Amino acid sequence: MAVETTTRAKLRWGLLDVLVVVFALVPVLWIASLSFKTPATLTDGKFIPREWTLDNYKTIFDTDQFVRALINSIGIALIATLIAVVLGAMAAYAISRLDFPGKRLLVGVSLLIAMFPQVSLVSPLFEIERQLKIFDTWPGLILPYITFALPLAIYTLSAFFKQIPWDLEKAAKMDGATQAQAFRRVIAPLAAPGLFTTAILVFIFCWNDFLFAISLTSTERSRTVPAALSFFTGASQFEDPAGAICAAAVVITVPIILFVLFFQRRIVSGLTSGAVKG
Amino acid sequence: MADIVLDKVSKSFPDGTVAVQDVDLEIADGEFVILVGPSGCGKSTTLNMIAGLEDISSGELRIGGQRVNDKAPRDRDIAMVFQSYALYPNMTVRENMAFPLRLAKLDKETINAKVDEAAKVLELTPLLDRKPANLSGGQRQRVAMGRAIVRQPKAFLMDEPLSNLDAKLRVQMRTVVSRLQKQLGTTTVYVTHDQTEAMTLGDRVVIMRGGAVQQVGPPQELYDHPRNLFVAGFIGSPSMNFLHAAVQDGGLHTALGDVPLGDRVRRELEAADAPRELILGIRPEHFEDAELVDDDTRRRGLEFEAPADIVESMGSDKYVYFTVEGEKASAAELEELAADAGAADFAGAGGNLVTRLSAESPVTEGQTRRVWFNLEKIHLFDPSTGRNLTLHEGRAAGALAD
Ligand SMILES: Nc1ncnc2c1ncn2[C@@H]1O[C@H](COP(=O)(O)OP(=O)(O)O)[C@@H](O)[C@H]1O
Ligand SMILES: [Mg+2]
Repeated sequence: MAVETTTRAKLRWGLLDVLVVVFALVPVLWIASLSFKTPATLTDGKFIPREWTLDNYKTIFDTDQFVRALINSIGIALIATLIAVVLGAMAAYAISRLDFPGKRLLVGVSLLIAMFPQVSLVSPLFEIERQLKIFDTWPGLILPYITFALPLAIYTLSAFFKQIPWDLEKAAKMDGATQAQAFRRVIAPLAAPGLFTTAILVFIFCWNDFLFAISLTSTERSRTVPAALSFFTGASQFEDPAGAICAAAVVITVPIILFVLFFQRRIVSGLTSGAVKG
Repeated sequence: MADIVLDKVSKSFPDGTVAVQDVDLEIADGEFVILVGPSGCGKSTTLNMIAGLEDISSGELRIGGQRVNDKAPRDRDIAMVFQSYALYPNMTVRENMAFPLRLAKLDKETINAKVDEAAKVLELTPLLDRKPANLSGGQRQRVAMGRAIVRQPKAFLMDEPLSNLDAKLRVQMRTVVSRLQKQLGTTTVYVTHDQTEAMTLGDRVVIMRGGAVQQVGPPQELYDHPRNLFVAGFIGSPSMNFLHAAVQDGGLHTALGDVPLGDRVRRELEAADAPRELILGIRPEHFEDAELVDDDTRRRGLEFEAPADIVESMGSDKYVYFTVEGEKASAAELEELAADAGAADFAGAGGNLVTRLSAESPVTEGQTRRVWFNLEKIHLFDPSTGRNLTLHEGRAAGALAD
């Protein structure tokens, strides 16, 4: 179907696009701008800093508080991602390849978990984790992350797995491959993009979480960056920590932006896979 | 190379479906055998059991004299071509064809030599560095064949390998497959639901229905001497005509007139449990324009008059469709065949008669024409069991045999 695009229509859409982009980006850019300002000019309301400084970044990397939180964030997100993707892959394999009793129930329950309002689980989790002595530990965050990331992982992975032609596995067996060889040399290379995309999505989910991080931690031992930000004090107690907070925010946002830019196509296909047949 | 023997092989799936039932089949070394039947009759399941991709529920499978029921596919040394081709999308054509050889741990030079040779046979040489996504359907099909032939297996299994190609390419590839099989002399089991493919390709054809073998034999034998109604209706295009026939004082009353019966058929019909109604089957080529029949031939048949609906001139002969009055032939087999062919292809059991007359026949559409048909070529079937009553020691003898 040919869509008539006159110059005026193009202009109108272009303007609208710019508006949306500006609306979405201004807060991010504002934070970036604040992170480069000196304490004196912090509140001058200028978008472009008058005096550029990297002091804020130096400050956050000098304080244990932030470095420790960064390590927590990376560690917790990586471990949770790994476990969620491995478990999710197994479940998705079963869902897409096998017919077993309770399959619909499994899919339904995992959807339910994904929809469940997380905030209503915070207090019970807090109590449970204190009883189990995993409050304020890495496992204390990893467990709920896995719980809530699994449905996402299962959904995206089973959509990917459904696209793999399983005749290939049979063909490999006929060609003389063992089950393991068939998986490693034929199926795995085809499943890899799906696993990778799912891993990125799950990682971003864990990385961005604030709710669990703030309620299930109490010390630097396991506090992740999003939670740690709210405890920032700056270099000395009397300094305004806003600049440092902004710098920290930029530091944890940049990897995500880079991820998304690099793997944009993959991520979009991961989110929409199954919606339309590729 | 090896022979393949199926000894009372059955398959039932966990959900209770019995897909294959007591199949006995001996495939000689180097033979080209076709499994044919309507969709869902258990062809693929049978093939997958030979391949080792499905477990055998009961019975024994022997390849080269050795029981292989419990062997993994890789230990059976059999190659398979899939309907979907199942090419590895992440590998080039060369890598696809080399895959079985690499798994067999051959050295690089031997692999390259073998792949090059197979590529030459299948005219794939210029495509060796392409990925499957950049190939046409016919080319993909050839790569799948190439992957099967490179390692010189004991046998080839092919599951509807041509059904994803367009009609013209299918005919072309049919000869490629046929020539390749003759050249290599490798035992081949070929699955198809297309009876034309079955008739033209194989040394022997196995007709299946509902998981059971109906008849096994060379194509011409199945065509001339069908053991039952199903085989008669399945083989042949256009298919055999079927008419209702009522047994009446030593003869048959049909829409084409009263058909006399020879002693043999009459004796069969005298039995206490013999059917009182039969289905008469006759192929299109056993009709002729009555004007063109000489007296000698005329005596061996009967004549009737009917209006010609459609005349299709093929050049060498004419297909003429007549309407005949009378009760329709009905049997479970006929319904099944009609459902499988999508009714359009299977005019067999309706009030329509498909005839193939000589090109010299002056018949025109709308004209009522006198038509002769050959009583020696008639088949009579028992509608309840489908059995061909005119068959004597495996030969069809027509209605008049003594
Ligand atoms: N995995 C399975 N589980 C249950 N029934 C099956 C399975 N695979 C095939 N069938 C059934 O077995 C019968 C034969 O199937 P198949 O061999 O694929 O037929 P064909 O290849 O002749 O079309 C069909 O009725 C089909 O529904
Ligand atoms: Mg099939």
